[in-house]
Amino acid sequence: MEKADVGRKILGANETCALKNKQFLARHGKRCFNMISSPGSGKTSLLVRTITDIGQSLRIGVIEGDLQTDIDAERIRATRAPAIQINTEGACHLSAKQVSQALEGLPIENLDLVIIENVGNLVCPSAFELGEDGKIVVLSVAEGDDKPVKYPGIFAKSKVLLVNKIDLLKGGMVDFDLDRVFADARRLNRDIEIFPVSAKTGEGMQKWYDWLTSQARSH
Amino acid sequence: MHEATVAQSLIEVILQEARKRNARPVRAKMSCGELNRINDDVLSFAFEAVAQGTPCEGMTLRIEHKPLQGRCKPCGRVFAVDVSNPHCPGCRSEEFELLPDAPLVLDEIEFERADDGEG
Ligand SMILES: Nc1nc2c(ncn2[C@@H]2O[C@H](COP(=O)(O)OP(=O)(O)OP(=O)(O)O)[C@@H](O)[C@H]2O)c(=O)[nH]1
Ligand SMILES: [Mg+2]
Ligand SMILES: [Zn+2]
Repeated sequence: MEKADVGRKILGANETCALKNKQFLARHGKRCFNMISSPGSGKTSLLVRTITDIGQSLRIGVIEGDLQTDIDAERIRATRAPAIQINTEGACHLSAKQVSQALEGLPIENLDLVIIENVGNLVCPSAFELGEDGKIVVLSVAEGDDKPVKYPGIFAKSKVLLVNKIDLLKGGMVDFDLDRVFADARRLNRDIEIFPVSAKTGEGMQKWYDWLTSQARSH
Repeated sequence: MHEATVAQSLIEVILQEARKRNARPVRAKMSCGELNRINDDVLSFAFEAVAQGTPCEGMTLRIEHKPLQGRCKPCGRVFAVDVSNPHCPGCRSEEFELLPDAPLVLDEIEFERADDGEG
């Protein structure tokens, strides 16, 4: 019997591919963000609203990840922004390889920014680097204010937290302690930017737009 | 869950190492951090399934969970962070810097050489 110290990263092949994506994006001078949340928190709605409101000044290309269908890519294309749909056919996360193929399909030269909407899942996507400059986690108020404690991984790894559907807080439709979410998320991640927003009413969206624009311009 | 992807990648890496050494892998040890947590039972099950029909069939897999660590700002102590109630066990401070979480790593493999056999 012989024991060998291997010390190899298990997801190393994905990371190598993610690095290639990063280099591709850097070569073209484009920023890229990886949007992660539970199903239905409002990722596509936020993207549609963002592109509708500021798409003239900030040209965003979208990569949509879903188990099945191209419903989300169609919703993005309805705004006239380019979108590539990836169907993972059961896989709970996007891989760097899938994203590298999708990147080839985007008119990268005509864009300021690429946003990847990952498969709806608060756990698995956070383990797979795609080559992004940062992760954006979306939490909608109807999911409850305990999520940063219950799913610490994604909150610790993200640059931005969008707390969506804050319109539902009016009139006490949902019990959700925003202060608790700020405190719990910041305890794990001192630098995380938190924007409470509503994709439905547009409330709070301007600060998110300012942040996104500053990121795209800082290249 | 992504345990299936992890199992698949794990086997690929083990097979590469086995080919390099021209030896049969019998045991492996891997580790992961708190923020990259995987479920032991699900991963072991997936590992067994993916190993079927490969030289990894019948291998045992050991999974070590490495705690998330923080460094206390006031007193400098490095401690295991309890995510639901993070504070320094020394001075009780809640001011700390989170240290990078351990990635998923294949740490070691035990091989049986072709000539190990019965002897
Ligand atoms: N009240 C309210 N509803 C919203 C808001 N944003 C999204 N929704 C609704 O939430 C539902 C899900 O929205 P999507 O944008 O499809 O969510 P998603 O995260 O892209 O969903 P998946 O891609 O399936 O994971 C839809 O019915 C939206 O109309 C919001 O700010 N307020
Ligand atoms: Mg969507
Ligand atoms: Zn201390």
